[in-house]
Amino acid sequence: MKERTYYRIARDKIFISTVVLLCAISIVPLLLILYYIAINGISAINWEFLFNLPAPVGEEGGGVSNAIIGTLMLVVIASIMAVPIGILTGIYLSENKDSRFAGMIRSTVEVIMGVPSIILGIIAYAWVVLPMRQFSALAGGVALAIMMLPVIIRSTEETLNLIPNELKEASLALGVPYYRTMIKVILPVGLSGIITGILLGVARIAGETAPLLFTAFGNQFMNLNIFKPVNSLPLMIYYYATSPYEQWHVDAWGASFLLAIFVLGLNFITKLVARR
Amino acid sequence: MKNALRVLLILGLALGLAVPVLAVDELSGAGATFPYPLYSKMFDAYASETGVKVNYQGIGSSGGIKELTNKTVDFGGTDAFMSDEKIAETGADIVHIPTCLGAVVLTYNLEGSPELKISQDVLADIFLGKITSWNDDAIAALNPGVSLPDMDIVVVHRSDGSGTTNTFTVFLTKINDEWADTVGKGKTVEWPTGLGAAKNSGVAGMIKQTPGAIGYVELAYATENGMPVALIENSSGNFIKPDLMSTSLSAEGDIPEDTRVYLADTSAAEGYPITTFTWIILYKEQNYDGRTLEEAKALMDLLWWVTHDGQVHCEPLLYAPIPEKAVGSVENLLKSITYDGKPILD
Amino acid sequence: MTNKKDEKKGSRYERNESIFQWILIVSSIILLLILIGIFVTLPLNSMDSIKEFGLRFVISTDWSPQKELFGALPFIVGTLLTSFIALLFSIPFALSIALFLGEYFTHGIISTILKSAVELLAGIPSIIYGFWGIFVLVPVIRMLQIKLGIAPYGVGIFTSAVILTIMIIPYSASIGREVIQLVPNDYKEAAYSMGATRFEVIRQVILPIARSGVLAGIILSLGRALGETMAVTMLIGNVNKLPDFSVAVPEGFSLFSFNSYVTLFDNILKGFLDGVFSPSNTMASIIANEFTETTTDLQLSSIVEIGLVLFIMTLIINLIGRYIIKKTSVM
Repeated sequence: MKERTYYRIARDKIFISTVVLLCAISIVPLLLILYYIAINGISAINWEFLFNLPAPVGEEGGGVSNAIIGTLMLVVIASIMAVPIGILTGIYLSENKDSRFAGMIRSTVEVIMGVPSIILGIIAYAWVVLPMRQFSALAGGVALAIMMLPVIIRSTEETLNLIPNELKEASLALGVPYYRTMIKVILPVGLSGIITGILLGVARIAGETAPLLFTAFGNQFMNLNIFKPVNSLPLMIYYYATSPYEQWHVDAWGASFLLAIFVLGLNFITKLVARR
Repeated sequence: MKNALRVLLILGLALGLAVPVLAVDELSGAGATFPYPLYSKMFDAYASETGVKVNYQGIGSSGGIKELTNKTVDFGGTDAFMSDEKIAETGADIVHIPTCLGAVVLTYNLEGSPELKISQDVLADIFLGKITSWNDDAIAALNPGVSLPDMDIVVVHRSDGSGTTNTFTVFLTKINDEWADTVGKGKTVEWPTGLGAAKNSGVAGMIKQTPGAIGYVELAYATENGMPVALIENSSGNFIKPDLMSTSLSAEGDIPEDTRVYLADTSAAEGYPITTFTWIILYKEQNYDGRTLEEAKALMDLLWWVTHDGQVHCEPLLYAPIPEKAVGSVENLLKSITYDGKPILD
Repeated sequence: MTNKKDEKKGSRYERNESIFQWILIVSSIILLLILIGIFVTLPLNSMDSIKEFGLRFVISTDWSPQKELFGALPFIVGTLLTSFIALLFSIPFALSIALFLGEYFTHGIISTILKSAVELLAGIPSIIYGFWGIFVLVPVIRMLQIKLGIAPYGVGIFTSAVILTIMIIPYSASIGREVIQLVPNDYKEAAYSMGATRFEVIRQVILPIARSGVLAGIILSLGRALGETMAVTMLIGNVNKLPDFSVAVPEGFSLFSFNSYVTLFDNILKGFLDGVFSPSNTMASIIANEFTETTTDLQLSSIVEIGLVLFIMTLIINLIGRYIIKKTSVM
């Protein structure tokens, strides 16, 4: 009987050791990736890197300034489209928990969330690039906006669901019209949750490459015109990483470093915001 | 909060709408990666000289043809010229303007970077997958002084539609019956063996990182990365090293008025056998889809510069400039581009 | 008693009310329109190849722009192989993390560290995974291939599967953790009070109850793997053929010779390894490679049709996963 118990205890200890071991191994790739990005990336960053345009093949002194601006442009364009629609839809869903139409919308949002980003690139090509006969930041922004929408809608809906009904009822009982109640009373209370959603959405799209391959297309020069092609950090990393030029590899690490800091930094900020 | 959003919206709209007015001249092109090192230098110089920014994306010759057909770019780049049938399919006339001559070289990743001689048969057999090891007798016989390792040959080819592939396979089809029967030529073919990588830069990158790899790229991609190039047997039986001289010599034959010709397997005794022109393609009639005369003129100014003043940039990058005897044809082609039927250049 | 001014204000408020409600509904309809748009655009743009190839498209292995013959099977196989291998590899790790955070260390500093690490893993953009893969993972795989005696490509299905594993672990881990945490304490305490060890509680109480949730998490991470593009494109080798699992029959094979069997087994092993390490293409990577440069309309519509197949596949997987989550009213 005692042997059986020892066996069971041993099995228990082996199991927890295995679990801990596997968890530790899971973190190893993360540490390796962060390590490589940090070591290779930091050494690539200097004044020229941040502020110059890319140099012709094989020449020195090239930078990623247009890619940084391009990424910011794409994020802004996508946000302008996705944030209003996302918040409004989130409000609708949280206010109409039981209606069948709302349920349908909710499923729609979930489906869109699962669509591979390359497919959204095809969609944006068909809807924006072809009619405009032009690759553009706008087309890239449209693809990214569709990716951002589910994130914002989800977090808006969840945030608003957490706000006690009494607040809304009290405001309505005082004679405040419904739309004012939502906009001036409820939204401000849920602001941190909504902003978290927006920041998470930005973090999700800032690093996306696939939908930009045939929408934003890329550009060696600085471009502020949303109706023309634009460069971006992920695109640049893709082209540079698959090239044979050492200098471009170095630049790609630097761009990865910037991108990683931006995306992971946003994630970190959302943690702080959520805590409030 | 609502006010802040309002302000952001207006700012965004203003930015998007105002900037086209403030926008500096920009032309867009896409296509072949074969001349990309040259174009990136040329367009950088052009921007410094004239302020006009030419945004050229290397997406492969097939991509260049497609984007021009879709009219999403001002001009396309391709080293596989379009046949009359293909041009007819687009519904409009397309003109090919050659910009330079380049060599498709065989580059590889072996320790010590030895200079290897490869005969026509051995070349075809490697890419057919029949010769699979570097120390194969056939290779050793051609390179007596070189110690070849006992390593697998990893063939690398293009995964995207490529004029470079077209040039290479046109050559293989001409010199090897088995290749002609089983694989053939084209911008994409069904490769019997090997890995795929996108663009010339992707192939060069993959070869550089894979010991024992061999693949075909434009000369500049190999030299700029310190990668060795093979001496290829030409139709006269000589093993020619690809460089400026042997590239220029390969254009010895007749060049038609519209400059659409394959240069591979040249009869020149000292000519490198795998070379090609690369062309910029554009619509003959420039008034389409609301293009303005100014836009067309900007494009023509660019092309005139590329084929004249810009040619100085060719040789340092080991591209051969447009041969003397073809300059006349090129100028005629440029002058044939019209806007509303009237030639744009005089 | 309201006076005129209040009445006017009242009706203005009413009007703003309905405008606001209307705006909310319109906003939601936009979502619906987007989805319908996707459902319409994809088939619309693949009409040519649907008409030309019909159902043959999904089982044909041709991919020849020259002969204008297109078939999606190599890419479907590539996608399924990479995704399922990644799924298989990820399960032990995801489960361990889920148990660690959901059962062993639900609070405290260690839990926070692991949780943050997993979130970081999920947050890294896929392009960076691909980039890192090329320069760190590929040389390692190449060494492995040389040791195993197969072609030292470095890239291929196995390499892509490894990077996918790392990328999808956070998804099944986080859903698994939530479900495991939600197992009611009563059940666990009942088992402990009967003298069960931690392991036994996990195996006989927690996992059976959390099983569907964990399964749903795994299915969802499969959906993520199916659609992943950039990291896979950079690490898969870009070859448009079916992976080569062929086994060479040994020469002079004799049913009675022990050596024959040894050689046969060796060949089977080699065939399997050759296949698993083959360079290939997935549906997502072929679209990324060829979309901008199709030479004919038929090729373009074939590429879009591949997109349609991918869309339907991920849709079905995601729906199954979410259905399971809904059914287990634990969530």
